[in-house]
Amino acid sequence: MRPANELELAEAIRDAAGPLRVVGGGTRSIGPAPVGEVLETSGLSGISLYEPGALTIVAAAGTPLAQVEAELARGGQRLPFEVPDLRGLLQREGVSTIGGVVAANASGPRRIQAGACRDSLIGVRFVDGVGTVIKNGGRVMKNVTGYDLVKLIAGSHGCLGVLSEVAFKVLPRPEVEATLIRDALDPAAAVQAMSQALGSPFEVTGAAYLGGQVRLRIEGMAGSVAYRTAALAKLLGAGWQAVDAATSAALWLEIRDVQAFAGKPGQVWRISVKPSDMVQVLAGLAGAQTLCDWGGGLIWARVEEPVDVRGVIAPLGGHASLIRAEAGFAQVPAFQPEAPAIAALTAGLRAKFDPKGTLNRSLMG
Amino acid sequence: MEMPKIDAAIVARKPAIIAALQEVLPDDAVIFDEAEVRAYECDALTAYRCPPLVAVLPRTTAEVSDVLRICHQMGVPVVPRGAGTSLAGGALPTGDCVILGVARMHDVLETDYPNRFIRVQSGRTNLSVTGAVESDGFFYAPDPSSQLACAIAGNIAMNSGGAHCLKYGVTTNNLLGVTLVQMDGTVLEIGGAHLDAAGLDLLGVICGSEGQLGVVTEAVLRILPKPEGARPVLMGFDSNEVAGECVSDIIKAGILPVAIEFMDRPCIEATEAFAKAGYPKCEALLIVEVEGSKPEIDEQLALIIEIAKRHNPIELREAADEDQAKRIWLGRKSAFGAMGSINDYMCLDGTIPVSSLPFVLRRIGEMSKEYGLDVANVFHAGDGNMHPLILFDANKPGDLELCEAFGADVLKLCVEVGGCLTGEHGVGIEKRDLMKVQFAPADMEAQLWVKDVFDPKWLLNPAKVFPLDITASRRAV
Repeated sequence: MRPANELELAEAIRDAAGPLRVVGGGTRSIGPAPVGEVLETSGLSGISLYEPGALTIVAAAGTPLAQVEAELARGGQRLPFEVPDLRGLLQREGVSTIGGVVAANASGPRRIQAGACRDSLIGVRFVDGVGTVIKNGGRVMKNVTGYDLVKLIAGSHGCLGVLSEVAFKVLPRPEVEATLIRDALDPAAAVQAMSQALGSPFEVTGAAYLGGQVRLRIEGMAGSVAYRTAALAKLLGAGWQAVDAATSAALWLEIRDVQAFAGKPGQVWRISVKPSDMVQVLAGLAGAQTLCDWGGGLIWARVEEPVDVRGVIAPLGGHASLIRAEAGFAQVPAFQPEAPAIAALTAGLRAKFDPKGTLNRSLMG
Repeated sequence: MEMPKIDAAIVARKPAIIAALQEVLPDDAVIFDEAEVRAYECDALTAYRCPPLVAVLPRTTAEVSDVLRICHQMGVPVVPRGAGTSLAGGALPTGDCVILGVARMHDVLETDYPNRFIRVQSGRTNLSVTGAVESDGFFYAPDPSSQLACAIAGNIAMNSGGAHCLKYGVTTNNLLGVTLVQMDGTVLEIGGAHLDAAGLDLLGVICGSEGQLGVVTEAVLRILPKPEGARPVLMGFDSNEVAGECVSDIIKAGILPVAIEFMDRPCIEATEAFAKAGYPKCEALLIVEVEGSKPEIDEQLALIIEIAKRHNPIELREAADEDQAKRIWLGRKSAFGAMGSINDYMCLDGTIPVSSLPFVLRRIGEMSKEYGLDVANVFHAGDGNMHPLILFDANKPGDLELCEAFGADVLKLCVEVGGCLTGEHGVGIEKRDLMKVQFAPADMEAQLWVKDVFDPKWLLNPAKVFPLDITASRRAV
């Protein structure tokens, strides 16, 4: 099914005889594909409002991400949260939709400074599991009227409702960017440097670690970037090298899209922990290929032999998602299992929003 | 303002309720004397008052859990209370409720600079969170104007904002985790020092739920390194339209000031008479503040001033030093006090799309004449969060009702132009009956589902946020 508008979407869900598998562009879903008839949202497309002076954009959920980004670029603006493109990593094709981005709460390196997708999302329209259209939030960036279902829907992977429209607070696109790099750092030294940078007043918008190299990004007006890059290098001490804007952009695409794992075998995990716990996680994942972002708080790990990733982080707190499964490995849930009281709340919410279990039934625990 | 009928059966059990609470709390933490509970009869929405049956002041999460479990078992409604600074009546008691105040829970539990968070008990005041970390160069970003007094618990309940949220976001964008006690006493840890939820974003819906889903006893808050400096510029314009265009042009130019504050003529005149900040006589005044090192500030302000000049400002004043910066902020920061010195006032909190600013200000001016009540406008212009202050005389019969009707019309206007009823104060009881203006029945029903799941017996702050008629059947269970 491929409804062409919200009304058709609502009818499709209301009239569904059995479970539905909700698909945006199919570029970033994780876990075994839910059973059911495919419900595509790509027919709901188009930007209905863009006001650069109000930092606001509203688009139908099936609008291609690339279209939203291109429109914002024309206004000198962008989505703040730097959406990853995981098609290479996941070996997918297809066109990422803005609704799929929201459903996955997909957020890249800038998440540490500008917030996640859910932090920029200011309004949603969605259809619940019985075909009722529900709106929450709106098109203004400060809104505490009623409960914030906008956050609840962001990252709910289509399990509470199918998005029909999303509204974002956007940010100016900076004039320039620069990155400081330093090689041959061990994990402890890397975290220490990233923490020092993120604890400085120089507004670091990316802090990543891979192959022994730490990368620290600074964005903004030209004079300001030059000043802050120099000041940060001075603060960190010897051994740091600044790269130009074009090189910097390429370095961060590598991080954002986890390019180093593409085309290589094995399971891929995405782990969120307290940044300083990165050291222990890397020690526990010896043998894995890793890429660390968010100052150490986000760890991508590719393992070719079975490793109890969730066992490694259990004493530390945080969570791990299995982003890419692999045949030959034991079955594990893609989403981190929840504590019983939390799982009860999740189940209760799903039963309210989707009482018949129509939407992506087998996803999310 | 209609409140639910007091449940006489609960009131009749007052001695048993007190006895049960005294079993789990120290004597000084259970307040039931009729004179003493009056201290909790209202919050900052002082027009409405009702002493609670009992007030409790627990010191720990375990004590909060005991209190809630007992009230749950005995079927007693609980109204959580932070510092009692809500302008929306969020902490207004009912005569058959237990007020659960977190004021005695104000410790810092953990400060972690490498990971940039602080963990506090929820009764700690907003400003004292920053106070705990500022000597080490950090701060907590959300800065509601009541920050000296308001508690983190209330900030989380209302998803509070402040003047600087254009750049730093509101509470929900700076909250990493909570310890939440459910109405049945269950203690949950949601989120923490790591980022983002493993499953559904429960933290996101708890923040801003006005104390209806659980009682937050501890919070993990993001702290940020303090900027090297900040400097405001003041600009005066001869019309609201031009000031509004200037705001839009600054944002479109790719600058993100940390604050853009707007005051209209009545507000400028009132604050000038009160605080003597030396503001120009004009129709509209903007205060734009940017942050960074000195050269960065110079770079940003040069661009902002160039944009402002295109709009023919009648005054353009850049702070040359700390003292001048303080004077620029002086009037803005004393705006509420200035209005209070003239008369009683009601502070509205609607948000509008920034592009509707001139239209909405013009309509408010017309309504002011129709209602015969003066109104002054001061607000966060960058994000469209308005604070019209309507003056009235509480001692004059009918004036409060007239003021409320005027306020309701302004908020309806905010919704009509694509905005919302409340940008940072919350719904409470104040805007409860206007929710139908913003939400269709299905939109509201979906919100009630969340409450059903977290608090199936509807005992936590039950008479708030949603119109009483649509929650009646749930509250009766």
